[in-house]
Amino acid sequence: MFEKLSERLGGVLDKLTKRGQLSEADVDEALREVRVALLEADAALPVVKDFITAVRAEAVGEKVTKSVTPGQMVIKIVHDELVKVLKAQGNEAPGLDLTHTPPVPILMLGLQGSGKTTSTAKISRRFAEKQGKKVLMASLDTRRPAAQQQLAILGEQTGIKTLPIIPGEPPVAIAKRAMNTGRLEGYDIVMLDTAGRLAIDDELMAELAEVRDAVKPHESLLVADAMTGQDAVNTAKHFQDKIGITGIMLTRIDGDARGGAALSMRAVTGKPIKLLGTGEKLDAIEDFHADRVAGRILGMGDIVSLVERA
Amino acid sequence: SRSSTKLTDSITGIFTKRKLDRALLDELEEALIAADLGPATAEKLTKALAKDRFDKEVTSDEVRRLFADEIAKLLDPVAKPLVITQKPHVVLVVGVNGSGKTTTIGKLARLYQGQGKRVMLAAGDTFRAAAVEQLKIWGERANVPVIARGEGADPAGLAFDALTEAKASDIDLLLIDTAGRLQNKAGLMEELAKIVRVIKKVDPSAPHDCLLVLDATVGQNAHSQVDIFKQICQVSGLVITKLDGSAKGGVLVALAERFGLPVVAIGVGEGQDDLKPFAAQEFARSLMDVA
Ligand SMILES: Nc1nc2c(ncn2[C@@H]2O[C@H](COP(=O)(O)OP(=O)(O)OP(=O)(O)O)[C@@H](O)[C@H]2O)c(=O)[nH]1
Ligand SMILES: Nc1nc2c(ncn2[C@@H]2O[C@H](COP(=O)(O)OP(=O)(O)OP(=O)(O)O)[C@@H](O)[C@H]2O)c(=O)[nH]1
Ligand SMILES: [Mg+2]
Ligand SMILES: [Mg+2]
Repeated sequence: MFEKLSERLGGVLDKLTKRGQLSEADVDEALREVRVALLEADAALPVVKDFITAVRAEAVGEKVTKSVTPGQMVIKIVHDELVKVLKAQGNEAPGLDLTHTPPVPILMLGLQGSGKTTSTAKISRRFAEKQGKKVLMASLDTRRPAAQQQLAILGEQTGIKTLPIIPGEPPVAIAKRAMNTGRLEGYDIVMLDTAGRLAIDDELMAELAEVRDAVKPHESLLVADAMTGQDAVNTAKHFQDKIGITGIMLTRIDGDARGGAALSMRAVTGKPIKLLGTGEKLDAIEDFHADRVAGRILGMGDIVSLVERA
Repeated sequence: SRSSTKLTDSITGIFTKRKLDRALLDELEEALIAADLGPATAEKLTKALAKDRFDKEVTSDEVRRLFADEIAKLLDPVAKPLVITQKPHVVLVVGVNGSGKTTTIGKLARLYQGQGKRVMLAAGDTFRAAAVEQLKIWGERANVPVIARGEGADPAGLAFDALTEAKASDIDLLLIDTAGRLQNKAGLMEELAKIVRVIKKVDPSAPHDCLLVLDATVGQNAHSQVDIFKQICQVSGLVITKLDGSAKGGVLVALAERFGLPVVAIGVGEGQDDLKPFAAQEFARSLMDVA
């Protein structure tokens, strides 16, 4: 049911092959298809509009190389613009920043079920294995049944220390105890996993703000599902406005969602997408690569390299 | 709520009693897209409106009502609760990771236990850390037994044991939890197919229902989820969770059109009573922000 952008554009633009330049009319017709493709990929409407305007400016008057069709040309321009928007200030793979006096507090936040706890363990494991960091994980999720236990089990599986659970201890107190333990026992990083919460839940957002004020996280990572629809803009904006985030981790990139939410969240928060969750296993984590995510959003990849070579 | 506020804003902005022309229809269509209805369904609804009203004077309120009515008409046939027909009635609960399966089972257990049914839960998620413990806590809350094995156990074997046990202990309703799985993972989908096959060894008519749990924040990928899960385990109904958030689950409108699967319940919170029947008109009105 979802046509690839290349197929969509093929019909519209292939007849124009003989022209030397992309005219305004060509571009407008092509961009209508691009718009639908982006919306089908779940990129949010306001973001798509801005994006189309930017692409239009780039595309009109652009010379069409002999060896490619105008359709391929437009795709290349769209792809390049998408990469530009997705990339953080030209930085290919920003990752998490650790330049801070240890223990570096890293706060994980997001909607219910987005993948925070799993991602907490993945990130910790990666820091420990790749950089030899001493990492402490703490679950501040006192709400969901067995949430603290979940993180404790992941700790056992990865060999990463978890803060001992004290039943009944409230989230802010857990966060403070985690930081104290981190300082006293010489940890490099303290990973703070929080309970899932709706961005419109004022009470829980206030609790999160309290945690933030208590630990002053060096990184606050919004963990979001790649399958998210148009609501991605609301959620990202709320977490950004009420808590402040330093980056985004996009999970379930191993699914078949086109992942337009990446564009939405990047655009409305201005924060970089730092990491990708690529599976349920604890080594399924990758650095963000703008070109790969761009290709996925557009439902293609091959055309781009084809145009690149031409 | 947020998404409906946005929707209202965009419609109010363009509809203070003026002519329904092409430009207005375009913006209207966009408002529906912004509510996750998807480009195709949005176009269809907008066209239907244009057919009746093109060039006529319309107001914001009028348009919202017309859309809400149209959507409610589409959804009405799928607003059907779970019907318990067998004893034990076996319900397999499936879906992608984190959609709300385990929580929904906890709520369903509470609901039917409250109606005097004998309910049993099966902890079929033997993969995710503490998934069994999570279900056990829901079982305690609803005061119903939970059949479980350790982490890493074979989920099909567990389902077999649970159904055997349910039959032996005069259970009315057996709710089987499964691990979250993405529909494009062939291996995990095959594991699900195996669970179904093994259940049938105990009772060839089981599972009597297979509920697919969808998260209201999901976008167009919901199509792929329904499509593929349906092929694997004959999904008989949907549950939409997290409708207490800012996402309104608009993709459901397109799903109802395309698949016509019953929506048996909606999740509106994390508490055990936060499960409600799906009401087509209420949902449509909330989507279009009609009082
Ligand atoms: N396929 C896939 N599954 C993932 C990924 N990340 C997390 N999951 C799964 O998603 C589900 C939810 O993950 P959790 O880490 O428990 O999510 P959470 O955000 O902590 O959930 P709450 O604490 O309940 O809000 C689990 O089944 C995980 O295995 C990913 O990148 N890919
Ligand atoms: N606000 C809200 N949260 C919900 C609702 N239903 C479930 N949740 C939350 O969503 C998160 C995931 O729910 P689970 O029931 O663990 O989801 P699951 O599908 O079993 O997850 P996996 O087994 O990891 O695939 C938890 O934090 C739940 O509390 C709902 O209707 N509203
Ligand atoms: Mg968690
Ligand atoms: Mg579960």
